[in-house]
Amino acid sequence: MSLQQFMNEAISPWMKQDGPDSDIVLSSRIRLARNFSHYPFPMIAAEESLEEILNFFKEKFEHQSFRDYNDFEIVKMRELQPVEKRVLVEKHLVSPHLAEKSEHSATLISQNEQVSIMINEEDHIRIQIYFPGFQLDRALAQASQLDDWLEEKIDYAFDEKRGYLTACPTNVGTGMRASVMMHLPALSMTHQINRMTPAINQLGLVVRGIYGEGSESVGNIFQISNQITLGKSEEDIVEDLHSVVKQLIDQERRAREALMNRSGIQLEDRIFRSYGVLMNSRIIESKEAAKCLSDLRLGIDLNLIDHIPQSILNELMILTQPGFLQQYAKATLTPEERDIRRASLIRERLQLEHEE
Amino acid sequence: MECQQCHERPATVHLTQVVNGQKTEVHVCEQCAKEKGYMNYGEENFTLNDLLSGLFHSEGSSPFTGQTMKPYQQATKLKCPTCGLAYQEFARIGKFGCGDCYQTFDDRINPILRRVHSGNTRHDGKIPKREGGNLHLRKEIDEYKVKLKTLIEQEEFEEAAKCRDKIRSLENQLHQGEDGEN
Repeated sequence: MSLQQFMNEAISPWMKQDGPDSDIVLSSRIRLARNFSHYPFPMIAAEESLEEILNFFKEKFEHQSFRDYNDFEIVKMRELQPVEKRVLVEKHLVSPHLAEKSEHSATLISQNEQVSIMINEEDHIRIQIYFPGFQLDRALAQASQLDDWLEEKIDYAFDEKRGYLTACPTNVGTGMRASVMMHLPALSMTHQINRMTPAINQLGLVVRGIYGEGSESVGNIFQISNQITLGKSEEDIVEDLHSVVKQLIDQERRAREALMNRSGIQLEDRIFRSYGVLMNSRIIESKEAAKCLSDLRLGIDLNLIDHIPQSILNELMILTQPGFLQQYAKATLTPEERDIRRASLIRERLQLEHEE
Repeated sequence: MECQQCHERPATVHLTQVVNGQKTEVHVCEQCAKEKGYMNYGEENFTLNDLLSGLFHSEGSSPFTGQTMKPYQQATKLKCPTCGLAYQEFARIGKFGCGDCYQTFDDRINPILRRVHSGNTRHDGKIPKREGGNLHLRKEIDEYKVKLKTLIEQEEFEEAAKCRDKIRSLENQLHQGEDGEN
């Protein structure tokens, strides 16, 4: 398979679209946790009960369509190879948790891969929807409609006082986690993000890296999301997140401008060095690749590099993950082999831009 | 930035401490941070669940009176009739077994919810369409009641009368619905 073909299949259609403020906001996501009433939660449920829920979804929702989300396909985790599961995790279509406890879990994925409804995760149902760029309101509205669509056929575990009941007390109430993925190279180069994080935390929001909770982000990508799910309406939570993200966007733009004015040539040097590394390296580990890709993307955003599309960062951040590399190579690779594959895939991808 | 301790390696651990309003910043490398005990939680793989279950256990014991464990001992006998999850088990794993656990452990979970959700213990968001039929009505009535109060305060009695009638008709609707169910 050619790289072009592989990429077309690997990158979800919605990721190729542009969204508002997409120079800084990579994607917006809403996740709703829901459970069936009168069924024990997946963690302690018996196999039959989990299978019953799986079958229910297969019967009622497989190949169904709702609005723009066509032909939901049910993907059972136990029917996948480990590398296939890893690819779904790397595409953020399923959570690592779902892929791990894969005996009775599945996901319903819409054809455009914008919606994924995870079944038998920590909760019975996790509805997840993505939009490109900064579109939290739209994501919330669509998620809520999808939720209503499911509720037509499902009795939810709901309580007047506590709201939507979830396995973990950290999700109860709205069951909603709204998050925004942001590329903040200037704020992290100037260490401003570290100073802003405590203030953001005080508003009931969390800042974390793209994978996991560590304070250090990979490729200057940060995820901002709500921590509180109880006692506030969905709209209020999203509004709070919205206003913080808006401020971060403004600050990042200001920091980029200041960097260009104060140390333009150093910044340009850094960007083109990273470009050189990506174009020429024969071995590259994921952390270095992420750093260089972030620099390259910044160079594109600042119009220092104009023949490469913006989407290169999102694209290559996903394609250079271990699961994808192995799927492309059609073989299991050791970490050393992966670093070599990664370097050649990046070179090949950048070469495509030169040919055009 | 170099490490403030060894001045050799780059500082990768950045710590801000506020003690009595006095702010100090520490920038050290990972090795020095470990030596100084800034990172002693790192290796024990401390998860959110550990933290949560820690909160459950602390509840019930009073550091002031020295009288401990009584409410907790009672709670250990508590068991969810639907899924069979014991309170003790719930406290250990920090997860509920089913929706009914919320009811079973109702009077014990407010402290934890308060801590996790900035003091909140009651839901104030979406209500399911089908299932929450009466809840929608009740929420609407509450909203009109708040409106009525402000209207009276502003001495807009004509509007207030309309609002009151609306509340009455909604309440009638609610009672009919409830009678119908019984």
